[in-house]
Formats: sequence, C-alpha cells, structure tokens
Amino acid sequence: MKRASLFVALAIVLAGCSGEWGWYVVNPSTASGWSNLKFLFGGLYYTVLLSLTAISISVVVGLLVALPGLSQNRALRAFNRVYVEIVRAVPILVLILWVYYGLPQVMDISIGVFWAGVIALALSDSAFQAEIFRAGIQSINRGQYEAAQSVSLSYADTMRFVILPQAIRRILPALGNQLVYMLKMSSLVSVIGMQELTRRANELVVTEYRPLEIYTVLVLEYLVLILIVSALVRRLERRLQADERD
Amino acid sequence: MVAEHTNPVISVRDVTKSFGDFRALNSVSLDVSLGERVVVCGPSGSGKSTLIRCINRLEKHESGRITVDGVTLDDSRRSLDAIRAQVGMVFQQFNLFPHLTVLENLTLGPLRARRKSPEEAQELAMRYLTRVRIPEQAAKYPRQLSGGQQQRVAIARSLCMEPKIMLFDEPTSALDPEMISEVLEVMTELAESGMTMICVTHEMGFARGVADTMVFMDHGEIVETAPPEAFFAAPKTARCRDFLQKILHH
Repeated sequence: MKRASLFVALAIVLAGCSGEWGWYVVNPSTASGWSNLKFLFGGLYYTVLLSLTAISISVVVGLLVALPGLSQNRALRAFNRVYVEIVRAVPILVLILWVYYGLPQVMDISIGVFWAGVIALALSDSAFQAEIFRAGIQSINRGQYEAAQSVSLSYADTMRFVILPQAIRRILPALGNQLVYMLKMSSLVSVIGMQELTRRANELVVTEYRPLEIYTVLVLEYLVLILIVSALVRRLERRLQADERD
Repeated sequence: MVAEHTNPVISVRDVTKSFGDFRALNSVSLDVSLGERVVVCGPSGSGKSTLIRCINRLEKHESGRITVDGVTLDDSRRSLDAIRAQVGMVFQQFNLFPHLTVLENLTLGPLRARRKSPEEAQELAMRYLTRVRIPEQAAKYPRQLSGGQQQRVAIARSLCMEPKIMLFDEPTSALDPEMISEVLEVMTELAESGMTMICVTHEMGFARGVADTMVFMDHGEIVETAPPEAFFAAPKTARCRDFLQKILHH
C-alpha cells in the first residue's frame, strides 16, 4: 500500500504544476472534464470483462494442454511441446491481428472485436498456463499418486481430488501474475477497435490534443486496477494456506 | 497358524525387475495363502519394497508372473482395477492427502471408487478410525497429527477400501522411536483379525509375534523363507545370520 500512496502523491504533484499542463481536460469539476473522465472510465468494463473471459478460457485450455505433457505417451507429450512452442512464439499483437483480420478469411466467418480479442489473448496465454500447470503438477510428490492409486481412484479423480487442489495452491502466485499480465495485454486489443481503457484514451487524445494528461490518467487506471487485483490474489493465497494450517 | 487354503492368494513366479542397470528383483518366487502373515526383511536395496510394489503394480515387473486373488497382473486396465480393489497399501511416508481432513482422506476412495453414499462412507471411516483408536481426530488435517497418528490414519484409509490383502512398506521407518509401538499395536491387531499381510519391516519383535512366515531378501533374491521360530533360532545361510546379528544387536 506504500507504493499506492506514493503514486497518488506523484499524481497530485503533477496536477499542481499546472503551467505547461492541461489538466482541465480531465478536471471533474467542469462539465466537459467530467464527461471526458466518464468516457475514459467507461473502458474499464471491457478491459475487465475481456481479461477475465480470456483468462478463464486460457486456464482451462492450459490445463488441457498441460496434462498430455505429463503423459507417458510420447505422441501426447509431443503435442504439448508443439502447442506450447508455437503459440508462445507468436507476439500477442500479431495474434490479435491474425485472428481478427485473418481468421474470417480462412473460416468464412466474422468474429466480433470482443471475441477476436478474447480468442487471441486466451490462445496466447494458454501456452504459459500450460507450462505453469505442468510445473505445478510435477511438483507434487509421487507418493500422492501412489496413495490415490492404492485407494483405487481413477486418473480423472486422482487429478480432480488429489493432485490439482494441491498443485493450484502452489501455482497461485504464478496464476495471479498471469492475470495481471492479461489485464495489461488487453490494451493491445485497442488496435482492432475494442472500446477498452486504452482505446478510449486514444480516441480522447485525438479530439482533445492532450496526450500527456490523458495517458497519465490511463496509467493510473491500470495501476489502481492491478493493485486491487494483486491484493485480491494475495488474500486468496492466504485463505488457501490457512486451510492447511491449524 | 498357516492358513488352511492350499491355493495361494498371492503367487509370485520368477519375477524380475530392473531399474536401469540395477537388478532390483532377480527371479523371485513367493506364495502367500489367505490369512497368512508374511514379514519380509533384508538389507536396504535388497528388493523388499520393489517386491511388494510389484504385487500391487506400483511397479511393473519385467518377466515372470504375479497372480493376486486369481488375477494375473498385466497391462490391462481390468487386471489393474481388480488387484487394486483387493490390495491395500501402507507407505513409509504415509502419503496422506495434506489438503484433506482425516475424514476426507478416508472417505475419498469409498465415495469415488466404490460409489458409496456419503453416509455409508462416513460410517465406514469412523469405524476404522475407531479401530486405529483416533476417532477424535477426524476433523483435523494430517499435519496437525503426530507421525504415529498419521500412519494410523493411513492404515485406516487402506482398510476403508475393505481389502483382502494388506501390504506394508516399512511402515515405521519414518517414525520417531516413541511412536513406533502405537503403529505396531494396530498392525498386530490387524494380523490377529486374520488379514492377509505382507510387511516389509525391520521390527523383529513384531515379526516374531505375528509372522507365519519370515522372508529374507538380499541382492534382489529371496535367500531364506522359514517360520519365525526356525528363522530366528537357526538361520540357514550366512548372509541371513549376519543380517540378523546386525539388527538384533543394537
């Protein structure tokens, strides 16, 4: 929280030296400033919705890609490697452009901006999720599998009730990282016209000619959003750890 | 008392198993009848653990033949399910599920693998927790228990699957000395109830008390098999004599 107050103080200082600055564009006490601010904050909804939808999908896909990577079967492991290496190698921005402009030509379908963004972000993140899950699952002691086998649990039940609950606790910090990363990368979807935080800031800059002030607000929007998410993840971590203690 | 059945419930024939260049089991054969209590001992690296891990197929043997309760172990899912249903296993490191309570540890198998109702599973769990004398710990997590209590929970977890055969892989080796006896008492009671057991252990007092058959292994081979009286009084081989001298005199 020290960090948060530091940045708030910085914002106030910046606001104070009004000589070269045009803070009026986002001054909530004027009608136009307030409507500009409302316009900027309006992007929050799509930034959050886009990121949460994408990460929900990428966690599931990541897990489904991680499991074959842990198999004894060489072909399944190869599938995991190929998926991770290829998806990880494509820059997110390129993936967004490819899904939005390229995919409709291949598949003869039109994808809305939102779903194009979700697909691109989820796809890209899934490769990282797969690696995180693989590492988490591999960190679980072999004895846990053997104990599960000795009480006749199936593979699916072993994963669901024994291995994953323990693995997820261990990888929670990494999952939190990915969520933060996702919130930031969602700004790239602005290039295809998604009305999220960054797009809205860009549009306002074009009409107001005040990039410094408007982008500063944008920085603060991401900062506050991500500090809140970090705090929530940390709280979840503490709660799950408390479960295992006395 | 050697069991009345002449048909062995476990039959191990010429079983071989290697880990890389290391030959863990070298043409091992062993028969266990229903109700028989077998104690396996021998120096570390002699193949004792590998032998019982092959019997419930935590390890795959390379050659030879293992039959458990009429089912010959192979790669099929069917044989695997069949033997796992009949064979319980207790591990040196307990291997309790740390994120589940004691009660949940016990009911998971009955609920998921046996499709029992929650009431049935819970009743079963409490019955066996009472049998290992820690029913009051049901709501706790494993890490809140002592090592001896954890191992007793692990024994109860196996018993909840109502197995015909119990395998013990050095169940007291990871315990502090003062906790060994509480686990051995539970095992002794289990032996007296007529359970078919194979125990890998260095607890020779326990072995003398409950074993029908002593098995001595060294370098991946069964060197000696004898009833405990003869085994302790007059070991036939020098290797076995040396081993017994070492572990009995300290």
